[in-house]
Amino acid sequence: MRIRVVHRTSYRYDTPATGVIQMLRLTPRNHDGQYVINWRIDVSADCRLNQHEDAFGNLCHSFTAEGPLSELVVSVEGEVETRNTNAVMTGAIERFPPSLFLRETPLTTADDAIRDFAAATRAETGDDGLKLLHEMLARLHADITFDPDPTHTATTASEAFVLKRGVCQDLSHIFVAAARSVGIPARYISGHFHRDDGVTDQDAGHAWAEAFVPSLGWVGFDATNGICATDAHVRIAVGLDYLGAAPVRGTRYGGSGETLSVNVLVNQTQHQSQS
Amino acid sequence: MADVFDEMTGADGSIRPPYGELSRWLSEIPPEVLDHRRREAELIFQRIGITFAVYGETDSQERLIPFDVVPRILAAAEWGFVCRGLEQRVKAINAYIGDVYGRREILKAGVIPEDLVFQNPVFRPEMNGQKVPHDIYVHIAGIDIIRVDASTFYVLEDNARTPSGVSYMLENREIMLRLFPELFSRHRVAPVENYPNELLATLKSVAPATASSDPTVVLLTPGIYNSAYYEHSFLADKLGVELVEGRDLFVKDETVYMRTTQGPQRVDVIYRRVDDDFLDPLAFRPDSALGAPGVMSAYQAGNVTLANAVGTGIADDKAVYSYMPAIVKFYLGEEPLLNNVPTWRCREEDHLAYVLDRLEELVVKEVHGSGGYGMLIGPRADKAQIEAFRTKLKSSPKNFIAQPTLALSTVPTCVEEGIAPRHVDLRPFVLVGRDCVRIVPGGLTRVALKKGSLVVNSSQGGGTKDTWVLDT
Repeated sequence: MRIRVVHRTSYRYDTPATGVIQMLRLTPRNHDGQYVINWRIDVSADCRLNQHEDAFGNLCHSFTAEGPLSELVVSVEGEVETRNTNAVMTGAIERFPPSLFLRETPLTTADDAIRDFAAATRAETGDDGLKLLHEMLARLHADITFDPDPTHTATTASEAFVLKRGVCQDLSHIFVAAARSVGIPARYISGHFHRDDGVTDQDAGHAWAEAFVPSLGWVGFDATNGICATDAHVRIAVGLDYLGAAPVRGTRYGGSGETLSVNVLVNQTQHQSQS
Repeated sequence: MADVFDEMTGADGSIRPPYGELSRWLSEIPPEVLDHRRREAELIFQRIGITFAVYGETDSQERLIPFDVVPRILAAAEWGFVCRGLEQRVKAINAYIGDVYGRREILKAGVIPEDLVFQNPVFRPEMNGQKVPHDIYVHIAGIDIIRVDASTFYVLEDNARTPSGVSYMLENREIMLRLFPELFSRHRVAPVENYPNELLATLKSVAPATASSDPTVVLLTPGIYNSAYYEHSFLADKLGVELVEGRDLFVKDETVYMRTTQGPQRVDVIYRRVDDDFLDPLAFRPDSALGAPGVMSAYQAGNVTLANAVGTGIADDKAVYSYMPAIVKFYLGEEPLLNNVPTWRCREEDHLAYVLDRLEELVVKEVHGSGGYGMLIGPRADKAQIEAFRTKLKSSPKNFIAQPTLALSTVPTCVEEGIAPRHVDLRPFVLVGRDCVRIVPGGLTRVALKKGSLVVNSSQGGGTKDTWVLDT
């Protein structure tokens, strides 16, 4: 599938900011299921984008912009050719053995409720990792209502699990925490998702999880959609949790009254006939 | 517990040579004179305002750390041995950290289990593959040593993150020189005053290649609410460098600057006393207001040196500690000169069984605890405490290690009943620069002032002493 992504992050400041520093993880890399055809990042302010690779192999850009800034827009636009690999991730940069992804982070700490959920699921499916992951995927998708209101970027897996509500970030955190609690390495993926219902305008990027199954490797699980990763998923960054894969992390100097708006357009640019 | 070794009075009752003069002096000096000087010392400390904060206490936020006027003395030969051991240890530690964040040979060789490193919260994935100037990760180490007999020293802890206490070493000496000049005239005591110069030379020697020939060093403090703030300001003053907080720094195009009255000035080396977690809200805890946003990317780009490096906790973690003898052998091919305290890793089943059987005899420590908190001293604990620990151990064995209760050496100490032996440890400060390893002859001797107590931590009733290394 050929997917075009336009992702705009805009900030407005009532009182202009004197400076902004940001770390961006907005650029996809190639893997066996994904080929980046073209991709560009534009920052509305006058600055230099410094590119580097982080610990997990994500392409990062950092910049410093000097004010006064009454607005700042970070726009990303590009095209990716994807192919369905049955959710198995191969050909990506792997800097660590899977066991690293058993680490707990503050956002993905499994509390008793999540542990119990994972253990109860395992009690039914047995020790077959893949079966267990599929079952957790189905249950989380059914039990947790998509709702952008009650949670925010700092909501932890256990908080969202109590609420039984949340966005893709929360569902991914819960999935990751649950998988790790039963000894399955799991990680957080940020990216984009091409919807097949014709809706192309979205107000946020997407997120899902990857879990390690020894016989297959890393497998993508999208609890929000209740499916495994497909060719509709554009994979951008990987981390232990949201913070490690966050599209934008930044600090503003001075200024006040910040309004943030995110606009994502994901559409298919060319239909290929599948034979 | 085995017989306690007293550093002044040997097992046969005779005075050990390094303490000859001191012992004579102690018997000569009238108790009221000693007491008067002791109170004078207290007054001076109060006036300088050298304080520390006790965490977890609501009433008294800042306290004076008690100072004992009787010095602890080490002979030149004893110190020489300790120094060789320390130098060996820091060399191994630096090689190990570079390896863990680099080629991972020690993991491939199976010397250390992979999960102990990769799943350890103090392992920083951000440091993977990161080059640091001259392959030095730990520039300043405060290695805690205890002594059990005339020739045996044990390393208790390798503090390789942001060790504190060196200001006490310097202040204690200054006060002793002021109060007891006659005692110094009867000894040849090696000076410690040079420490700030040695530290500055060390820090400048590891400046990035892009720095000028006279690199700019700053000391980054979490601020006035930190328990060691006094030390930060004291050291910055002695070093002649700026004492900065995160908000005094900013990063532009992967270079760190400090705001000055003359405009931005580039910073080359940051002697940081801020923990990894708080160093950069863009890389670590996003809610940290103590660090400087972007400092990690400047560090990764090689435009600034952090001392110590990020992620050095993987060397001084209590779970890794038990592997130190193997680490020394693996990288240096030598037997360690300083012993490790025998340690049972409760993560291993047979070790756990052993520990559960002997809780009354052992010291059990939480792997990520510090400051003497979260530990059980078996022989001093009551039944309820032991049972509480048994439950904790069973539910999360990975979080604990256990060690035998060691008989820390004692040193004459001025207490209410007069001069009496009290248990001590020693924290020498080891500086690792591009050119050499520097160890100022001395360190911080901590003393458990309560009779029989083995806990020397200042947060739990410990005091400090001046540490004398004799020149001859």
